[in-house]
Amino acid sequence: MKPFDYFRPGSVSGAVALAREQTCFLAGGMSLLPMMKHNLAAPVALIDLSAVPDLNGIRKTGDAIEIGAMTTHAAVAASVLVRETLPALVALVVGIGDPAVRNRGTIGGSLANNDPAADYPAGVLGLGATIVTDRREITADDFFIASFTTALEPGELITAVRFPVPLAAGYVRFRSAASRFPLAGVFVARFTGGVRVAVTGAAPSVFRVPGFEAPLAKDFSPGAIEAVSVDPARMLSDINGGAAYRAHLAGVMARRAVAEAMG
Amino acid sequence: MKISVTLNGVAVQEDVEPHLLAAAWIRERRCLTGTHIGCDTTQCGACTILLDGVSVKSCTLLAVSLDGHAVTTIEGLAANGQDLHPMQAAFKENHGLQCGFCTPGMIMRAVDIAIHRREADEAEIRRELEGNICRCTGYRNIVAAVLAGAQAMRAARDK
Repeated sequence: MKPFDYFRPGSVSGAVALAREQTCFLAGGMSLLPMMKHNLAAPVALIDLSAVPDLNGIRKTGDAIEIGAMTTHAAVAASVLVRETLPALVALVVGIGDPAVRNRGTIGGSLANNDPAADYPAGVLGLGATIVTDRREITADDFFIASFTTALEPGELITAVRFPVPLAAGYVRFRSAASRFPLAGVFVARFTGGVRVAVTGAAPSVFRVPGFEAPLAKDFSPGAIEAVSVDPARMLSDINGGAAYRAHLAGVMARRAVAEAMG
Repeated sequence: MKISVTLNGVAVQEDVEPHLLAAAWIRERRCLTGTHIGCDTTQCGACTILLDGVSVKSCTLLAVSLDGHAVTTIEGLAANGQDLHPMQAAFKENHGLQCGFCTPGMIMRAVDIAIHRREADEAEIRRELEGNICRCTGYRNIVAAVLAGAQAMRAARDK
């Protein structure tokens, strides 16, 4: 790893003030440090968020569940509040990486990175969550732009993610046997106002499927989306699988996620 | 940057470069070579240590991140006057190792499982060991060792 400067500020404003070109915030390090070890990222400085208070924790705010940006996957999985209100999010989180990785990896880090194969973006987009930063709030629909690219401005820091509680939700993923990342992971959530379907792993960034959402809003069952499919044109094609295969997987996982949501 | 770490129960202070990995600090600076670097890509778990009592992969952790925290390596498991920690003894008795390269990581992870997943059965232990890869044993004796070690730890606690 190339040398870098290291800071451990004690506040959000302190952290944001340190950010400049070619600096990175360090959360759990489960994506950033491997990238740096491979020289895929070489920040001149790391701003360690571990000493910033108030970025941790899970709380109810009104009808929503708010998860602090530095909350680890292990903490989300263990949270009684999340298990009671967002069990599909628990199902998503317990499949990220492995237990030791989940002791470090964080929701804020995952979202800021926006790896095309990350699980969290499907949960956040599928539930229509709100990403709270040091300077504004960004809806999930506006947040995920492209591979490893989000709507965050340079130096902007995610502080929390706020999730509405659905009537029902499910997440099912099909993993690459080698990397264990999803080739297609689909999060389905039913609200009184309609249904949201979000697919990760299959395209350059997580995306919604209006062609699934409309029939599911009328009839929330796997059969409702038996005859519809995802367009392979926008899917990734690589050594792990071709575009047509990923599109096919998205349909299969969506139907399974609906079955999960139906309990 | 100066770090202060409680390493295997002993307070340690040292000046380290920010880009020094925790695994390198443990192995090269503290000369505790029981923690192994198997893949360097966060997959194999041979580098597993306990940070404030929970399993982390030290190859994907900065030494500066240890500042102010407690670290336990395989060398720190056995209590004073004990030859082997009950989990280490269980791996020995159940033939839970062959070449031994993955073993320190397996044992550190196993101790975490035994403490935090007390009622884990075989299926859960296999899931909990997903981040630790063994190329020799086929895992069967490792799982048996974890079950036996957890039982021994329970018995020692209940005494």
